[in-house]
Amino acid sequence: MFGYYFGLALRSLRRTPVLTALMVVAIGLGIGASMTMLTVLRLMTADPLPGRSAQLYYPQLDPQDMQGFKPDGDPPEQLAWIDAMNLLHARRGARQVAMVHGQVVVRPPQGEGRAFFASARYASADFFPMFGVPFLHGGGWSADDDARQARVAVLSRELADKLYGADRAVGQELRLGKDSFRIIGVIDHWNPQPHFYDVTLGKYQNSEDVFLPLETAIALKQPRYGNMSCWGDLPTDENMKNADCVWLQFWVRLDTPAQAKDYREFLVHYSEQQKALGRFQRPPNVRLHDLMGWLDYNHVVPGSVQMQTLLALGFLLVCLVNTVALLLVKFLRRGGELSVRRALGASRRAVFVQLLAESALIGLAGGAVGLLLSLGGLWLLRQQPAEYASLARADGPMLLGTLALAVAATLSAAVFPAWRACRLAPARLLKLQ
Amino acid sequence: MEIRPILATLRKHRIPALLIVLEIALACAVLCNAVFMISRRVSNIHLFNGIDERGLVVVNLNGTDPKRASSEIPRNLAALRGIAGVQAAAITSSVPLSTNNWGWSFGLTPEANVSSHNTTNVSLYMLGEGGDRALGLQLREGRLFGPGEYAAGALGDAALPQGHVTVLTESLARRLWPGQSALGKTLYSRPYYYTVVGVAADVLRPYFGTWNPKMYDVAYFPVNYDAPLGTYVLRSAPQERDRVLREAVDKLQALNPAAVAKGSTYADVRAKYFADTSSMAWMLVLVCVVMLAVTALGIVGLSSFWVAQRRRTIGIRRAMGATRGAILRYFQTENFLLATLGIVLGMVLAYGINLFLMKHYELPRMPAAYFPVGAVTLWLIGQLAVLGPALRAAAVPPVVATRAA
Repeated sequence: MFGYYFGLALRSLRRTPVLTALMVVAIGLGIGASMTMLTVLRLMTADPLPGRSAQLYYPQLDPQDMQGFKPDGDPPEQLAWIDAMNLLHARRGARQVAMVHGQVVVRPPQGEGRAFFASARYASADFFPMFGVPFLHGGGWSADDDARQARVAVLSRELADKLYGADRAVGQELRLGKDSFRIIGVIDHWNPQPHFYDVTLGKYQNSEDVFLPLETAIALKQPRYGNMSCWGDLPTDENMKNADCVWLQFWVRLDTPAQAKDYREFLVHYSEQQKALGRFQRPPNVRLHDLMGWLDYNHVVPGSVQMQTLLALGFLLVCLVNTVALLLVKFLRRGGELSVRRALGASRRAVFVQLLAESALIGLAGGAVGLLLSLGGLWLLRQQPAEYASLARADGPMLLGTLALAVAATLSAAVFPAWRACRLAPARLLKLQ
Repeated sequence: MEIRPILATLRKHRIPALLIVLEIALACAVLCNAVFMISRRVSNIHLFNGIDERGLVVVNLNGTDPKRASSEIPRNLAALRGIAGVQAAAITSSVPLSTNNWGWSFGLTPEANVSSHNTTNVSLYMLGEGGDRALGLQLREGRLFGPGEYAAGALGDAALPQGHVTVLTESLARRLWPGQSALGKTLYSRPYYYTVVGVAADVLRPYFGTWNPKMYDVAYFPVNYDAPLGTYVLRSAPQERDRVLREAVDKLQALNPAAVAKGSTYADVRAKYFADTSSMAWMLVLVCVVMLAVTALGIVGLSSFWVAQRRRTIGIRRAMGATRGAILRYFQTENFLLATLGIVLGMVLAYGINLFLMKHYELPRMPAAYFPVGAVTLWLIGQLAVLGPALRAAAVPPVVATRAA
């Protein structure tokens, strides 16, 4: 039955090649633009750590003084050193990590080549097991290494390759500025996107190349690089350990909702305690976002991308209205042929289905054009300097999604013209012929 | 031109007429908003920036030992000034559009500190001696810094320099003291305070996102060579800047082997800052053009169908004495009427979309000037699209009327 309809459809489309081509191109353009943007949007809002993200939480506290206090204000997005250390050592979660971004000057071994910058992360020991960071060789450091400021480092595979060869790096000496470190681990490819664990510097930056224990890096004054926000009088403390400033990110793993609830209560209790001690001044104001909630709260998708997506969808709508018009033209023109079919006994339903089959073919062809266009669009986006550019890649769901969207959109555009065409009275049209 | 027969015909062909109106309305709404977004991006790219951009070269030196700054910076500067063609060289904390922002908040009363309520956030440019000349600052009022003021500007590990003088941009001076001269006024951030000695032309912040009213809130401070700054600016003739850049990077790298020297011309700093913006603008233009083409093709399709349907009626009109021109004008007027209806609808829609975007994406209100531009564009597109089918209609010979349908 459908084979017959598709045969009819093909013959009919061949008869009006210009009109058919117009429709295919219009649908292709609309679908191409929308799928490009929808793919980018989907990848930008993807779960960076599938399987782990539901257990990871980001706590917020409000240690600021009363200046500018608003009862329903949001607490700062980072923690002060004292609070980060208190939460870290309280060990209320299954795992917890305090960390900050840094930028180090790497001095290649044996004076080969020029010194260069590498992005770095100074983190407490749980960073690697908590986020499931895969190691190619060696491993991370222990909490004890962190506490006694051991001079150890973990490198990304790319940097280890560049400096020593990835397989020979462990055990080597790494010189960063004026200090040296022993390399104890090399991470395999690992680059979660969005860069969820620190969104202060850019939401889609790449993961870092050098990892150092937090206490070690701070004690050696390896350069920190990131946002810091302060209140009260100017900070005088060089290490910022006692300063009235927030500058650390903190994550905690909580395995069950009950644990999350307990942890939130712990944060409130902690705030009350700090207030009683005179360190906090504001009433307890805590947040505990899970990973996806934290990304949402930080609006990881830039407004410009959202606007472009809306624009692309608007463009698709224009293309679809255009397709409605062209299909109407096409179907009504065939009034004579359809009337013959009706007169020979085809029901309205059968004619309707036949016309939809024809539209589905157009949609499929439009989808193919759209697929090519969106591959081109994604390629164009990848050439952009934007931070999220590298995310713009085609994948399986996108390929299927494009064809499905094209067919669905064309079918919905065809419903009205097809309905109109079946309502023509066959007798009148036949007489006119 | 008689309109009534057109209206009567349109009443009989409601659906194709409605589709044309709808196509034009949608295209108009999307077009107005897209063009608005494009123009905002384009105006971003051409923002005024009161420094000598053409001859400027910027080299960043990072990873030096801050304790040796006071001996290394003068040595580096002397070497840079030795490069042939360098007219001025100086050190600064940052340059406009470099995204390396050092901001601070100041109040206008002595008790204000950085986190006080009614303070104004500004971007700080700390200039070493000669920085004003190297950047090519344009003084508007008062004076720039003197040698004694540069020498007194110790920074060390602190956030703000010692010393008590500053130069502001015009925009900032006007915002802080509207209607008055800023000269002699004071900015406070306990325990620091700075007296305004000069007002210079507007200069952009290192980072301000996209266009916003505070993008020129900039203050300059003189600092001495104890300040561990790392941005070297050099000025030369524009045609020599590429060579100056290469030599400057090589020289700084050779003098400071443990540090990292990276440089670019100021033109590249600016292009990099706006690269995203300009490529996005081109993409929007592309989408608009394609959308208008699709709309036009849709109108061609519908009008052709329409003409084909009415061949006999056209023949009768011709037989009764209508000229070819009359038939041509008939279809053109018809299209004009439909386009007008579509445009009116499209304007309402465009306004609605703008309101939605304003609410969700901090977009300003669309200036009314975009509406007539959108209207004229769509009228033209409509007329252009209908021309072919209308000419075909005009070519229908009167004899068609006599043939049986």
